[in-house]
Amino acid sequence: MDIVALSRLQFAVASLFHFLFVPLTLGLSILTAIFETLYVKTGDEDYKRATKFWGKLFLINFALGVVTGITLEFQFGTNWSEYSKYVGDVFGSLLAIEATLAFFLESVFLGVWIFGWEKLSKKAHALCIWIVAIASNVSALWILVANAWMQHPVGYVIRNGRAELTDFTRVVTQKFAILEFLHTISGAYILAGFFVMGVSAWHLLRKNEVSLFKKSFKVAVIFALIFALFEGLEGHMHASEVAETQPTKLAAMESLWNTESHAPMYLFLIPDAKHERNAIEIGKIPGLLSFLAFDNTSATVKGLKAFPKEDRPPVDLTFWSFRIMVGLGTLFILLSLWGFFVRNNIENHPGLLKLLILCIPLPYIANEAGWIVAEVGRQPWIVYGMMKTSQAVSPLIPTQIVISLIAFVVLYSLLGLADFFLLFKYARKGPEASMATAK
Amino acid sequence: MLETIWFILWGVLWAVYFMLDGFDFGIGMLMPFLAKNDTERRIMYNAIGPFWDGNEVWLITAGGATFAAFPTTYAVMFSTLYTPLLIILFALIVRGVSFEFRGKVESATWRSIWDFCLIIGSVIPALLFGVAFANIFKGIPFDGKGIFHGNLFTLLNPYGIAGGILFVLLFLVHGALWLCVKTEGDLQKRASSVAAKLWIPLLIVAVIFLAYSYKATNLYANYFKWPVLWVIPLVAVVGLLLTRLFIAKKSWWKAWFASSATILGCVFFGVAGLYPNLFPSSLDPKYSLTAFNSASSPLTLKIMLVVALVMVPIIIIYQSWVYYTFRDKVRKEDLSYEEAY
Ligand code: HDD
Ligand code: HEM
Ligand code: HEM
Repeated sequence: MDIVALSRLQFAVASLFHFLFVPLTLGLSILTAIFETLYVKTGDEDYKRATKFWGKLFLINFALGVVTGITLEFQFGTNWSEYSKYVGDVFGSLLAIEATLAFFLESVFLGVWIFGWEKLSKKAHALCIWIVAIASNVSALWILVANAWMQHPVGYVIRNGRAELTDFTRVVTQKFAILEFLHTISGAYILAGFFVMGVSAWHLLRKNEVSLFKKSFKVAVIFALIFALFEGLEGHMHASEVAETQPTKLAAMESLWNTESHAPMYLFLIPDAKHERNAIEIGKIPGLLSFLAFDNTSATVKGLKAFPKEDRPPVDLTFWSFRIMVGLGTLFILLSLWGFFVRNNIENHPGLLKLLILCIPLPYIANEAGWIVAEVGRQPWIVYGMMKTSQAVSPLIPTQIVISLIAFVVLYSLLGLADFFLLFKYARKGPEASMATAK
Repeated sequence: MLETIWFILWGVLWAVYFMLDGFDFGIGMLMPFLAKNDTERRIMYNAIGPFWDGNEVWLITAGGATFAAFPTTYAVMFSTLYTPLLIILFALIVRGVSFEFRGKVESATWRSIWDFCLIIGSVIPALLFGVAFANIFKGIPFDGKGIFHGNLFTLLNPYGIAGGILFVLLFLVHGALWLCVKTEGDLQKRASSVAAKLWIPLLIVAVIFLAYSYKATNLYANYFKWPVLWVIPLVAVVGLLLTRLFIAKKSWWKAWFASSATILGCVFFGVAGLYPNLFPSSLDPKYSLTAFNSASSPLTLKIMLVVALVMVPIIIIYQSWVYYTFRDKVRKEDLSYEEAY
């Protein structure tokens, strides 16, 4: 493999691994903050113990989120130096702002939250976890603004042989960035909701701490339902924006080869990229794609063949990842609706409880699939329409990257195993007995 | 002008990072020598528990600020230093998780795995950051395309190694003093005697490094050009002497602040000598990256300056508040606290 392929693989490994931990941080910080607020408001010990229980899982997960983020921050320099030189004027500032505005708050106040149970007043302590939760989400905002700029660059001019910033506000407020932010954090909240529901279900099935886990379940199911519904609507708007700004990605997501007006959608379809067609197309719904993409059944949607071969993204990966994400998104709506209607006597629905335990991994898959759609679908561009990924790499020696890539895979696998082992262990152990926390 | 301001800020971010994470590294490195049993090891973990993560964010910010203000330097610096930088990052990864993981399983083997990770996760960054910065002072063999003509061993030259040893010693003393501040009894006694003992080699290596810099680098040119800059190495030297004085007086907080001043002085000594270079090339000065030829556009620099001038003071205020809130010593009783590491 050449340095481009190796660097891509390394970035994919590092970022997909980072994103195994990010969504739970984003969502569970908020849920933990909600539980602690309920404790401060009602004085109910159950909520305090729930806060500590979910807080502990949050911390185990957070540890890996932090350390895997640091390597990403530096990888733009180590592996994508041509990219960094070319667009650093716009892109670098967004990363730096993320650190000064969000990471400091997040890390500093998390330390206070962990060690401050007896040093701070109840309210001040609850405020700390809210600061952590808000800061995490603010960090997501900035990194996603940066990513959205790679998807749809605005507010710059090419000058002095590089992209220079001309309109900062435009970069931060462009529609693509806002949609991407809302979509990603909602995906994260769905994941956290299903995580809390699933772990609660495990304990409810065993009649362990029923009152505490019912309370946790209720908060989580409402949370998951709201964002699952929102995600579907917002995802549609997001797809329209992609149709507008990244026609090659949309065509790959839908495996649309020929440019068509009244572009249809199929209930079932298997792409055949080699022959530039679809191997199987079943259940045609005329005009639906045109409608979804441009709100108009007769709109023209560009097919892949309208673009030179070297400008097309890998179709299979983009297409299937998109199917998986949307399919799971639909499932999440149904499951959280079901959970919502039976939330008051959820302990009497063992079938649903068992199902929810099995569903814990699904939002992880949906989130990763989403990133594959967004990033692989953007190829061969690193900045859409402006810079090709192949022009972006550092002048390294392939062995350097091979070694670091192996090191990444080995180290991350070991740490990931240790982390999931601890998450399992503490999730199953349940909350500390109330005597211990009462003292 | 903007470029110069950013050059100074760049130096400040790195210097503060080393001052803060320095004592975390020091404590990690001292772990095998100072802690006699698991209780003492836990006291050492908890002495940095609430702080280390906030300290590490200064590194992320220093990296981010390099990217934002001097993108070409960010690109060339981190791609030419690819291998050492990734080794540092891997070390920081295993160190970072060891805090959270160590106490979570009741098993001596499990704990010793993470203790080991803490130790190597502290030694390696301390040493390699020193080696890397010394090499930057000296110049790195890269060409006009940003291609590195050398390998990891190119960096392990005598001057680079001297820089590495200097960093390790600085951080050892700094960490030992933090333990004196945060602990009591026997552990504190041992920490203070280690600080006193290590102070002598630190002094020797610091003097050697300053003298060696005269031979190996161009750093002093700026000092002869602008004599007021001599204040900076003076701060380092006075800080170092005061450190010893306060150790003798057992004024631990003062000793720790003096040692902080030493670290700030040492880093600034190099940074002030580099100016306007950020990343000099040893192949040909015309390839060197400076605050001027690698800077972002004035608009970006201005926006980032506003962000920095507003946010950095706020960060310093709340971070100081945390240090103040957790100023008490870590005692055995504190270890029964449920969340303690
Ligand atoms: C949608 C959200 C999101 C996305 C797309 C990314 N991150 Fe991230 N990152 C977070 C959301 C987040 C977070 C939720 O804020 C984390 C996760 C766990 C944590 O501690 O904070 C975090 C941690 C984190 C840290 C450690 C911060 C600390 O010490 O507190 C760094 C340096 C980065 N990230 C950098 C990156 C880079 C360079 C990315 C792009 C490739 C990236 N992250 C993608
Ligand atoms: C954490 C969430 C993210 C995930 C899971 C993710 C996923 C991926 C994947 C799978 C690739 C490889 C694509 C391919 O080679 O075909 C990739 C590439 C890349 N992504 Fe992302 N990405 C994430 C966030 C970001 C963000 C926020 C940025 C920028 C701020 C970014 C910048 C890049 C770059 C520079 C590459 C390398 C070039 C490329 O191959 O496309 N990514 N990412
Ligand atoms: C229900 C219908 C959904 C639709 C129509 C939809 C649509 C989309 C589209 C069009 C993209 C690509 C945007 C781009 O290229 O930048 C995307 C990306 C993504 N999706 Fe979805 N999505 C849905 C559900 C979900 C669910 C349920 C999750 C997670 C739980 C999720 C997580 C993500 C993530 C993390 C990304 C990458 C970040 C981004 O580009 O926003 N999506 N989605």
